[in-house]
Amino acid sequence: MLEKRLVAKDLTLIRGGRPVLSDLSFTVRSGQALYLRGPNGVGKSSALMVLAGLLAPQGGSTAFEGGDPDVQPLSHLHYVGHDPAIKTGMSLAENLAFWVDVLGGDAGTVSQALSEAGLGGLDKIDAGMLSAGQTRRLALARLIAVPRPLWLLDEPTSALDSEGADWVARLISQHIASGGLAVIATHLDIAIAGEVETLNFSRAAA
Amino acid sequence: MRAFTAIIGRDLRLGLRQGGDLLTLVLFFVIVGVLLPFAVGPDRPLLAQLAPAIIWVAALLAQLLSHDRLFRSDFEDGSLALFRHASLSLDGIVFAKLIAHWLLTGLPLVVAMPVLALVLGLTADNFWLAVLTLLAGTPALTAFGAIGAAVTVGLKRGGLVAPVLVLPLSLPVLIFGTGAFDPTRVEASTQALLLLCALSLVSMALAPFAAALALKISGE
Amino acid sequence: MADTSPNAHPGWFTRIAHPGMFMGWSRHLVLPLVAITVIAFGVGLYFSFLASPADYQMGDTVRMMYVHVPTAWLSQFCYAVMFASAIGTLVWRHPMADVSQKAAAPLGAAFTALALFTGSMWGRPTWGTFWEWDGRMTSTLVLLFIYLGIIALWRAFDDQLKAARIVAVVTLVGAVNIPVIKFSVDWWQTLHQPASVFRMDGPTVDGSILVPLLVMTLAFSLLFMTLHLVRMRTEITRRRIRSLELAQARAAGGAA
Repeated sequence: MLEKRLVAKDLTLIRGGRPVLSDLSFTVRSGQALYLRGPNGVGKSSALMVLAGLLAPQGGSTAFEGGDPDVQPLSHLHYVGHDPAIKTGMSLAENLAFWVDVLGGDAGTVSQALSEAGLGGLDKIDAGMLSAGQTRRLALARLIAVPRPLWLLDEPTSALDSEGADWVARLISQHIASGGLAVIATHLDIAIAGEVETLNFSRAAA
Repeated sequence: MRAFTAIIGRDLRLGLRQGGDLLTLVLFFVIVGVLLPFAVGPDRPLLAQLAPAIIWVAALLAQLLSHDRLFRSDFEDGSLALFRHASLSLDGIVFAKLIAHWLLTGLPLVVAMPVLALVLGLTADNFWLAVLTLLAGTPALTAFGAIGAAVTVGLKRGGLVAPVLVLPLSLPVLIFGTGAFDPTRVEASTQALLLLCALSLVSMALAPFAAALALKISGE
Repeated sequence: MADTSPNAHPGWFTRIAHPGMFMGWSRHLVLPLVAITVIAFGVGLYFSFLASPADYQMGDTVRMMYVHVPTAWLSQFCYAVMFASAIGTLVWRHPMADVSQKAAAPLGAAFTALALFTGSMWGRPTWGTFWEWDGRMTSTLVLLFIYLGIIALWRAFDDQLKAARIVAVVTLVGAVNIPVIKFSVDWWQTLHQPASVFRMDGPTVDGSILVPLLVMTLAFSLLFMTLHLVRMRTEITRRRIRSLELAQARAAGGAA
């Protein structure tokens, strides 16, 4: 089987008349995590959105190699952005079960994923009751409930306390240890065990 | 298919749990329908003659009000971005949302029809005709409204642009809707009803593609 | 994953359609176009007012036709231009297609309004009323609403690149829907009023009327081309000023 690789080549992105990315190239392999680091507003989030297929770059290309040919390319990835994609008015279990159905996972994993995310016993609670940190945990529970090889995480530890940040670090470490890939935009340190590379964004380059 | 039913199920669940919106919509429809006779005067034969126009204008306005929320909450909470990574294409997802939206905003109007029929003095035959035309025509209104909602979803102050775009496009629905509602011209009204059905089918089939394209652009 | 490759064939079209190149060659086109338009109007107006007979039924009001018919034709031609540009925007993402779309919309609205105005001016003596719910007039009115809606949509967006693509979607939807609207309005008209109103396509058109009509149509089409070109140039200049200002603001921000 082909090794899974995420290849970004010469990405150029202009938003609102402002160049955000210029000739950005990198490769992430199975078992590797890539940090996108730098101050706010230098294009980390935009780079993730390009990888997630949400933004079309003006130049360059991204490709995920070694995926399942029967599955469309964008269905190999998880994207966790700033907005949690969680509905108030529905319980935690309903929220997660909905995304499991839509993203195509195993419906039996919902309650286990919730307890792994530290939300055990809250299944029936309305998602509107959650704190910001718990909402973030619920969003990240999608990563556990629906296994996908490529994770694109935008500030995954924001709104989480140090215990929550440790949990995220363990989660990502396990994922890459089992052959997954991760691209993480962050301005905080996340202690991931495994092969980690860092791509520094600076204002000059952006 | 699982994603498709999951989306319909979620939107219905959210719509029914936040039942206030549904009630407001029905109330708005009935109030517009009851208000127009006040403008016309309590002339029963005249009102019965104007009934198709009153019912369709009320339906058009009520549907127009409900479109904005079709994609807005999904756009704002990030769900729309995640839909791009689903096992189903965005066109299919939009189609599922349209079906749920019609069940939540088109069907209740039909259910509220008896009230309007009573005050407008519709005969039993005309009442069933009204129900039939609303059932046949409201899907097309939902489809056009969805396009309007999708192109303005990224606008903070897009509230008024969508109706201005959608109303001219909805003109055929109004024409065939009221045209189908004419028991004195059987041939023409049958023709209008068939045209109305065709319009609903074609617009429901094509609108998801246009709306999904607009949503992709809006998400950038 | 999004797999995009830049246009890999810089053919002649790509070269002349580049905004910078466009500004270069179109500069030499404006004055000649204005000159030809003025000449065409001169000839056309001479024929319309002096060298053509008055209608035996309608008298001199028939001369309204020499403005009405060309503007009515342009009201539809403008939409065709917008439709073609919309495809250019969506398929090739060409900046010139964006600019062409944006430049054509107000022109389309203006010509449509003019067609309606001359139509109702003409309607007063022929139908006895300024506004008749005639199928043609009604569809043209709806077309005007569509133009105005599209202009409103352009204005609602700050980001003009995004606006171009969103408007393109609406333009395509409108293009599919306009024939349906036209059909429904015609259907509605036959239902409510049997053909009793005056119809343009009724009697055969005599040569003495046809000549001024054709010349005026040519003149108005040239007017559209000139205005469209000038508006496109203005829009490109406006965008350049904006990007220069942006660069200036960023440079100042970096210094602080």
